[in-house]
Amino acid sequence: MSLAIIGQQLVNGLTLGGMYALIALGYTLVYGIMLMINFAHSEMFMSGAFVGLFVLTELSRFSFFTGSGLGVLLMLLLTFLTATVVVGTLGVLVERLAYRPLRHAPRLAPLISAIGVSIFLQQAVLLFVSAKQLPFPNFITVIKFNLGPVTVNTLQIFIVSLSLILLAVLDTFISRTRMGKAMRATSQDRDAAGLMGIDINRVISTTFFIGPALGAVAGICSGMYYGSIVFNMGFIPGIKSFTAAVIGGIGNLRGAMLGGFTLGIIESLAAGFVSSGYKDVIAFAILILVLIFRPGGLLGESVIEKV
Amino acid sequence: MAKMDVKTNVATRMPPWKWALYIVLALAALVLPVVFQIMQNLFMVHIFGLIGIYVVLALGLNIVVGYAGLLDLGYIAFYAMGAYSGVILGNVGLQILGKGFAPWAYWAMLPVAAVVAAGTGVALGTPVLRLKGDYLAIVTLGFGEIVRIIATNWSQLTNGAAGLPRAAEFVPAPAGQQWVTTHLSTSTFTFSADLWWYYVIGALCLVTVFFVRRLDNSRLGRAWIAMREDMVAAASVGINITTTKLWAFSLGALWGGVGGITYGYWIGFISPESFNFFESVLIVCMVVLGGMGSIPGAALGAVIIAGLPEIIRYLGQSQLFSRFLTPDQANAIGNYRYLVFGLLMVIMMAWRPQGFLPSSRRARELHPEDELLLEEESAEISSASL
Repeated sequence: MSLAIIGQQLVNGLTLGGMYALIALGYTLVYGIMLMINFAHSEMFMSGAFVGLFVLTELSRFSFFTGSGLGVLLMLLLTFLTATVVVGTLGVLVERLAYRPLRHAPRLAPLISAIGVSIFLQQAVLLFVSAKQLPFPNFITVIKFNLGPVTVNTLQIFIVSLSLILLAVLDTFISRTRMGKAMRATSQDRDAAGLMGIDINRVISTTFFIGPALGAVAGICSGMYYGSIVFNMGFIPGIKSFTAAVIGGIGNLRGAMLGGFTLGIIESLAAGFVSSGYKDVIAFAILILVLIFRPGGLLGESVIEKV
Repeated sequence: MAKMDVKTNVATRMPPWKWALYIVLALAALVLPVVFQIMQNLFMVHIFGLIGIYVVLALGLNIVVGYAGLLDLGYIAFYAMGAYSGVILGNVGLQILGKGFAPWAYWAMLPVAAVVAAGTGVALGTPVLRLKGDYLAIVTLGFGEIVRIIATNWSQLTNGAAGLPRAAEFVPAPAGQQWVTTHLSTSTFTFSADLWWYYVIGALCLVTVFFVRRLDNSRLGRAWIAMREDMVAAASVGINITTTKLWAFSLGALWGGVGGITYGYWIGFISPESFNFFESVLIVCMVVLGGMGSIPGAALGAVIIAGLPEIIRYLGQSQLFSRFLTPDQANAIGNYRYLVFGLLMVIMMAWRPQGFLPSSRRARELHPEDELLLEEESAEISSASL
């Protein structure tokens, strides 16, 4: 066990954690407002990657975008923007069609519905786009920096800083804006918030736009980082990001971020020192242990159940 | 006054048309595979057996999801435990007891695999007792994945992704199969192994139905329903939530194990890929589609989801229906099935959450707004009568 390997795995873990954190934010936002696990969220991550691939492929036909550094930057910006808008809209649609009719149903109903949405979206991509792995182009020049024995590249820096920036933006949005206040009120008590004149449906729709949009960003990052995407790519990261949200304390934004980085680092270290075949087992075992021993998570408050 | 019998006799309550329907269905289930066998259509015989396995699984999961109201997204793990323990322990038995044990391996290992799976159910159930609803669902999902990943990586035991049996080993044909093939075959008709297995699986289905029916009206069954509807109220009337939940997990898992070992010995090959998350979801889908907590519902769900796409595919290839359905169209329908199942789950939850053949109790529970109306009505009536 050398320090160099630990350092390298820490860097890899941070990158992985950045992506987990972005997805976990979506789980935690929706859970905070609706008290439901949006099982279809992993498909938002996947859809984001596919929309991103489509936009990138179309835009890279123009030499204007690929010619200069500024062009590439513009192209990436357009890609991220389109993917967030498209996937955000998809999220709103899913909520409208699959979850809203079940708002007063027993809690099992929306969960099963969400599983249905998840299967539907996966199969739709499998049947209408591609059943195979598709290569994902990367336009960020990967420059490696050697910090002692540890190598860091620009893509890793990009992913980690992007996730940190988006968290900061989201945090400000929730704590400073009128809509953010409405969201916080809704998550505390939906009915009371409605009585105070908050348009609950608008708050829920906004939540279902922001969450999937962040998932889409993570999807594109994942595509660039791993170089390929496939229709069922969302499942494992989805479950792990949910784990991250639980580790941090579900319903808590900063907790989701902390949980994401924690899980990413633990997983990378486990892959480096135990066995890469078992790294998923370790993540799932952590999920089970956290749920049993500290269901409130690291930053979550313990909720007293009312009868 | 004569003492009222609380147990209503189901046999007398069932209308004659229902009896007739059940008899027709039973006859079809008994005869159709033989017809297909005579037509040399081994594929359809195989599909019938597969549907039977899924009926056992759906009925088993129905105990957990339908009766006890605990959403288990890792049910396939018990199926895997049954299959792996059955095949591995069967081979251990062969090595110890020699070739003479071979015909008895399946029959001897059937209860063992069931107990191993039920034990796994208790092992999973114990730590997650405090969780409920969606948390429980996620943990069971994680558990299912853990079992699959271990089966993939623990090569010494499971031979990893290459699957069991290993090159030097074999999965023996059970006693009875050879006898049937030699004695019941004629010059034009072979009583194939698939057909034999179909009848074994059919018998297992009947045993499962009997078992689950007995549970339905037992003290334990009523405790499950009480717990599902209101855990706190159930606990307050003296139901031990811990043991009641554990019973649900272990008795549900038991049938997963039975299905698993039967599949393993029938197909003669198991690999971790047969036990992925998607299979768990399919079984949940069967229970939901048919009707949570309903025995005919779970069976119907299994028939629809495991059988319908294959039957459509078959009809497309047969001469009889070629005018309505080309093979290409039938294949396309087969490919779109999961898409349709996903959509069906969403539609069913919004439109008919109680499923196609609901249990009456569960149907009332899933329409809370009606219950609210009833309460309001009764409140009005009681206030009016004052």
